[in-house]
Amino acid sequence: MTAPAASTDVVTLRDLDEPGRVPALVAFVSAVAWLLVGSLLGLVASLKFNFPDWWTGWAPATFGRVRAAHLNAMIYGWASLAMLGISVWLVPRLVHAPLRWPRVATGGIVFWNGAILVGVLALLAGWTDGLEWLEFPRSVVDPMLIVAGGMVGVTLLGTVLGGRARHLYVSVWYVAAAFVWFPIIFVTGNLPVFRGVESAAVNWFYAHNALGFWLTAIGLGAVYYFIPKVLGRPIYSYQLSLLGFWTLAFFYALNGMHHLIGGPLPTWMITTSIVASVLMVIPVAAVAVNHHMSMVGRFASLRYSPTLRFVVLGAVAYTAVSLQGIFTAFREVNRITHFTHWTIAHSHVGVYAFVTFVMFGSVYYVIPRLVGRDWPDGRLIAWHFWLALGGIGAFVLALNLGGVLQGLALMDPQVPFQASVEAAAPWLAVRSLAGVVLTAAHLVFAWHLWKVLRRAPTVGPLPPWHDPRPVVVPPPGPWS
Amino acid sequence: MTRIWALLLGATAAMTFALVVLVAIPRVQLRTLEPDPQVPPYTATQLAGRRIYVSEGCVYCHSQQVRDPSFTYDTLRGWGRPSVPTDYSWDTPHLLGTMRTGPDLINVGSRLPDRSWHLLHLYQPRAVVPWSIMPAFPYLFEVKPAAADGDVVVVPPSPYALPGRVVVARPGALALVDYLLSLDRTKPPVATPAAGAAP
Ligand code: HEC
Ligand code: HEM
Ligand code: HEM
Repeated sequence: MTAPAASTDVVTLRDLDEPGRVPALVAFVSAVAWLLVGSLLGLVASLKFNFPDWWTGWAPATFGRVRAAHLNAMIYGWASLAMLGISVWLVPRLVHAPLRWPRVATGGIVFWNGAILVGVLALLAGWTDGLEWLEFPRSVVDPMLIVAGGMVGVTLLGTVLGGRARHLYVSVWYVAAAFVWFPIIFVTGNLPVFRGVESAAVNWFYAHNALGFWLTAIGLGAVYYFIPKVLGRPIYSYQLSLLGFWTLAFFYALNGMHHLIGGPLPTWMITTSIVASVLMVIPVAAVAVNHHMSMVGRFASLRYSPTLRFVVLGAVAYTAVSLQGIFTAFREVNRITHFTHWTIAHSHVGVYAFVTFVMFGSVYYVIPRLVGRDWPDGRLIAWHFWLALGGIGAFVLALNLGGVLQGLALMDPQVPFQASVEAAAPWLAVRSLAGVVLTAAHLVFAWHLWKVLRRAPTVGPLPPWHDPRPVVVPPPGPWS
Repeated sequence: MTRIWALLLGATAAMTFALVVLVAIPRVQLRTLEPDPQVPPYTATQLAGRRIYVSEGCVYCHSQQVRDPSFTYDTLRGWGRPSVPTDYSWDTPHLLGTMRTGPDLINVGSRLPDRSWHLLHLYQPRAVVPWSIMPAFPYLFEVKPAAADGDVVVVPPSPYALPGRVVVARPGALALVDYLLSLDRTKPPVATPAAGAAP
């Protein structure tokens, strides 16, 4: 591919953004709708632990169905749609070429929504494949997802290949690779040829890589874009970006069996994954240093940019969840925490405090640029931020603690099983309260989105809360 | 060619490598595994029950695997011997599970072999285990004025008793209990060439 002569033309950001406007908007708005659906499902699932006799007469409301619907609505509805939105918006900017075939992308996003709708209803009706993270019926919903995702993937890869940028920015690596990785793992995970322990191995190969090569990849891609973009300074180190990307690619893909530590698989498989988990220190440290060093000296900008506030917190959570995960992968720790709510806490640090926060930040940045007017009310952003932060903080602390207590009770053969249920119970009540707070945060967010969509275009300069004001930069510290 | 191809090829290579290590090689290794004759295939009713176990999401609260005593105290809880791959020869989808909100169930059929206990427990767990947080599954049962011939009746104690009416298990509940009673992997496994699984 050689750069066409047209590369000397003056291309404005608006030209690059324009074709991706509709698909990105459809993706973000539908993502937020799924966030609300998923929140209600999560809240119902959580309350079922506290009130096991509440709403038991109707099969679709039983815990097992609601929980599956929650996971799938959140991961494939909210998170994945927000990621599709950020991808179609980001890639054209970074490769300096407008989105190819934007109607195909819009069609793919609409079709993806249809698949999720069918899938969530199927799960509530009790129609499931029964594999965690792969519950959607493989005869109907999974092929729909492959076609829909393929439509978006083709437009993105077409855009990248036709791009004019001479240098591919880190975010493009993550996003483009994610659209290659996801179809490979998703098809593998759904092959109907595995049974017994092999089925378990492939299940967790998929589920782990869905986290590492789909959610994490696009999440990190967005972080790599927004921190330098909002601050107006380059990312700290290109070499660290390279190191982080390739070590993630090679080590993370081998992590899956750490979900089955102690399980009836050949020992070498589990050991391989534990070793690979420990090696994850390298990409995690590379990414953490890179992001942190890009922020150093500019932390005051967090006050002015909601995008930065959400994205930087998400980046910190990425480091935290990874370190927690590495810790959890050690046999000595895992024997206690494996089957407990500790894992649920870890899950939500990853999918909420990291991925969801980064997506919140992305929405705050992109929506004004899609609709040509700013968020009408800074206070609503503040409410959203503090409710989400407080809610997830309480959720995670409660379940980490409750999970350890539950695990220690399970590890003591002298105490009856009852003790592990009772040890976790108060913390499960705290989790439900946290769920109410998180749901409130999401309602504020959705209400604000509704307001910005309905509002008349702003006249004059945009208010400042998505662009940093100049801040006083402290004198160079020991690192700079 | 531009670097995008290097990127896409490298990314595919990383994933392919992992596929070989964690999917292809285990497939070759596990294929040599003969089913254990002490673990027969599920009957049609047991399979129907297993489908209900799957659709009602029992797996989100119950594991079906016992870890090695060198590693945990699972065996001291009376949950059975450490699990081996041949315990699962007929399992699709697998139900190993990742949570123990409730006890492990891989040997529940040997531990609790009473059908009426299970039926009552499914109808209302707190009627048998007061501290339980397991959901009740009343929709697997039917409440009618009088039992017909062949009905399997569940008699809930107070305060769950329904005066003047009877609780009858639907076919789904009976199949589910059939499946639960089939969960018994307590006999020592018959050694097979690749049964080298430990923690
Ligand atoms: C919300 C979590 C949850 C779900 C969902 C759940 N259970 Fe339970 N289960 C428990 C808890 C907690 C106990 C321990 C207290 C008790 O015996 O009721 C238990 C106990 C059991 C026991 C008795 C085990 C023993 O050793 O005493 C059986 C059998 C059982 N569950 C079967 C099922 C089946 C079948 C389903 C699906 C239809 C199911 N459970 C769904 C939480 C759950
Ligand atoms: C180096 C990085 C990481 C390591 C080593 C790691 C390790 C682990 C381990 C060992 C488990 C299994 C816990 C158990 O069942 O006993 C686990 C579960 C999980 N992790 Fe991580 N983790 C890492 C990063 C992440 C990230 C970045 C995310 C989110 C994007 C994440 C999300 C999850 C989720 C959702 C589960 C639960 C899966 C389930 O049971 O459904 N992890 N992790
Ligand atoms: C309103 C906020 C939320 C509440 C109240 C909530 C609640 C819950 C509950 C009760 C469970 C089941 C735990 C169990 O089985 O013991 C769960 C699991 C899960 N939730 Fe959420 N959740 C929320 C937000 C989210 C979001 C935003 C995402 C994803 C983006 C998410 C992803 C998941 C995943 C992946 C699991 C499975 C975890 C595992 O198996 O380890 N949740 N959640």
